[in-house]
Amino acid sequence: MDLARTARTEALRAEARAWLRDHVPARPLPSLETGEGFAAHREWEALLHTGRWSAVSWPKEYGGRGADLFGWLAFEEEYWAAGAPGRVSQNGISLLAPTLLAHGTAEQRARVLPSMASGEVIWAQAWSEPEAGSDLAALRSRAVRAEGGWLLSGQKTWSSRAAFADRAFGVFRTDPGAAKPHHGLTYLMFGLRAEGVTVRPIRRLDGKPAFAEIFLDEVFVPDEDVIGEPGQGWRIAMSATGDERGLTLRSPGRFLAAAGRLAELWREAGDPADTALRDRVADAVIGARAYQLFTAASASRFAAGASLGPESSLNKVFWSHYDIALHETALDLLGPDAEAADGAWAQGYVFALAGPIYAGTNEIQRDIIAERLLGLPKGRR
Amino acid sequence: MRFLLDDEQREFGRSLDAMLTAAGTPSVLRAWAAGDHGPGRVLWGRLADAGVFALAVPEAYGGLGPLPVELAVACVELGRHAVPGPVAETLAAGVLLGGAGGAVAEEWLPGIASGTAVVSLVLDGHGPYALDADAADAVFTVTGDELRLAPGPGELSASADPARRRFRPPAGGEVMAAGPRVGESARAAADRATFATAALALGCGEELLRATVAYVKQRTQFGVPVGSFQAVKHRLADTLLGLEFARPLLYGAAVELAGRSPGAGAAVAAAKVTAGEAGYAAARTALQSHGAVGYTQELDLAWWLRRARPLRDAWGTPSACRARVLAG
Repeated sequence: MDLARTARTEALRAEARAWLRDHVPARPLPSLETGEGFAAHREWEALLHTGRWSAVSWPKEYGGRGADLFGWLAFEEEYWAAGAPGRVSQNGISLLAPTLLAHGTAEQRARVLPSMASGEVIWAQAWSEPEAGSDLAALRSRAVRAEGGWLLSGQKTWSSRAAFADRAFGVFRTDPGAAKPHHGLTYLMFGLRAEGVTVRPIRRLDGKPAFAEIFLDEVFVPDEDVIGEPGQGWRIAMSATGDERGLTLRSPGRFLAAAGRLAELWREAGDPADTALRDRVADAVIGARAYQLFTAASASRFAAGASLGPESSLNKVFWSHYDIALHETALDLLGPDAEAADGAWAQGYVFALAGPIYAGTNEIQRDIIAERLLGLPKGRR
Repeated sequence: MRFLLDDEQREFGRSLDAMLTAAGTPSVLRAWAAGDHGPGRVLWGRLADAGVFALAVPEAYGGLGPLPVELAVACVELGRHAVPGPVAETLAAGVLLGGAGGAVAEEWLPGIASGTAVVSLVLDGHGPYALDADAADAVFTVTGDELRLAPGPGELSASADPARRRFRPPAGGEVMAAGPRVGESARAAADRATFATAALALGCGEELLRATVAYVKQRTQFGVPVGSFQAVKHRLADTLLGLEFARPLLYGAAVELAGRSPGAGAAVAAAKVTAGEAGYAAARTALQSHGAVGYTQELDLAWWLRRARPLRDAWGTPSACRARVLAG
């Protein structure tokens, strides 16, 4: 058992650190949930790509560096420690790309991945529907066979980044007569500016259009944009959520950097007599380390050939709860200044509030933990 | 990086678990709480034969140590089975006496490694009590830079866990070693006791969760197992979450101790507060999920329920540990 870093990982870390030092914008970019900010973040993705830093874990042929999980973790630590911008391409890079690498064709990978890496095409996710949230398998949007492809109709909602993104990916019902709700679904990609698509931005709690509804009226999708076999969409979508996603949705580097900034804020602005607040700052520091080490153990198991499966639910509940507690602690430290809506901590707080809801609510994750990790019986939800 | 136990370490844990399961600790605990240390000392002998106490004793004195990862593996199992006796104290004495060196090390360390010597400790900054001093062959106290052999166990003071018998040794006793090395070794020993207690707390919490999961699967109300209710399931899920995120901190601290990292003390403190809180949360979940019968001595579960909170507070309260983490 060790925490030793290989020379390869450390070389990648050093190179990333040097590049980020020279390129990270001196001032924070405008919020990526605004039109102006989205464009600025797209430019940042292009700059990252010129240094081959936008997707370090991908194969080199698609613009990556072929880094293993430990290399990716080291890169993320450097990225967030450098105060680099949020990743507007995150949905594509952490959700669609692993799916394409596992289930896509060589042609799809060659066509989709390079423009994703460069920020030229930014992807939104299209999973939830008005009547299919936690019960995702209840989704109704359908894809009907047509000459050379499929016609999509229906409504998707809560699509992160869709207000400004170029394309989207999601799961659609192709066989309404299938025996079970999660059978007869197909995973496919479509253009958000294609004929028959209407995007209606939804304003988040702070007023920013961070997500959108997508209305689809017989939108044509060619066969080449179907991922995997028609009818296998659920299995394909879930395989991506079980493995890498559990590890790569929120990197420990992000929380280590945030906890470091919080500890700094405590040293600058904290009242040493306020031991209750001191304890919460300590918990933020401890939690970041716990998450880093938990991830190191998961990555070690993954590297040894194990699949991760339901333990990614532990990961998700932990970081989403942790992220809110960390930001609440920062806001308490700021005192009356915390109300300023444009501060970094205030913006981070609004972002963190969504964590326990998206990517499978924490209630669903706790059901998975109880049933699949503890072996408790299924019951009414 | 391979942040995983290897096959041998896992097998070590499994073999201790099997041995302690077969031994059946509840009857040992009952005897221990009544002041009969016989069955407990027999069990300690078997643990020593399995190599547990040698892990904390330097090789120069007949031990195998220090091997912090293996020590954590062992202490998790001892915690899982609520083994009575001054486990953390005896293991920490390996560090204290090994660091102090000289005649006192020669005299006591081989016995600690072989299981013939059970030792309790009182160290500066960790209160005046020596755990299970009446069962110990020696009680060492450190004040400043002086290491003394306490003249006797002193007075018994009741604990929330009847099988943790706390004594307040009288002041004085023969000085066994003195000098800056003693003070330094005492601080390292306190860290080792904190580390061992974190592992004991984690094991205690894991057993509380296991027993509770088994109970809610078989206890039915409204015609179904109570473990099928979401309110029960989610509490148990959160309990597992707490334990699962404490474990990497424990082994992370073990790796830092093994590498003599300057951050090892803070890492141990982080592991202790997290494992202590997770173990105690498991006790609260276990009590609530068992309902009224959990609030009795009818079930063996009571030994674990009463132990989780003392383990949370021993060798570093949550508040002290958090302060240590921020101090770096």
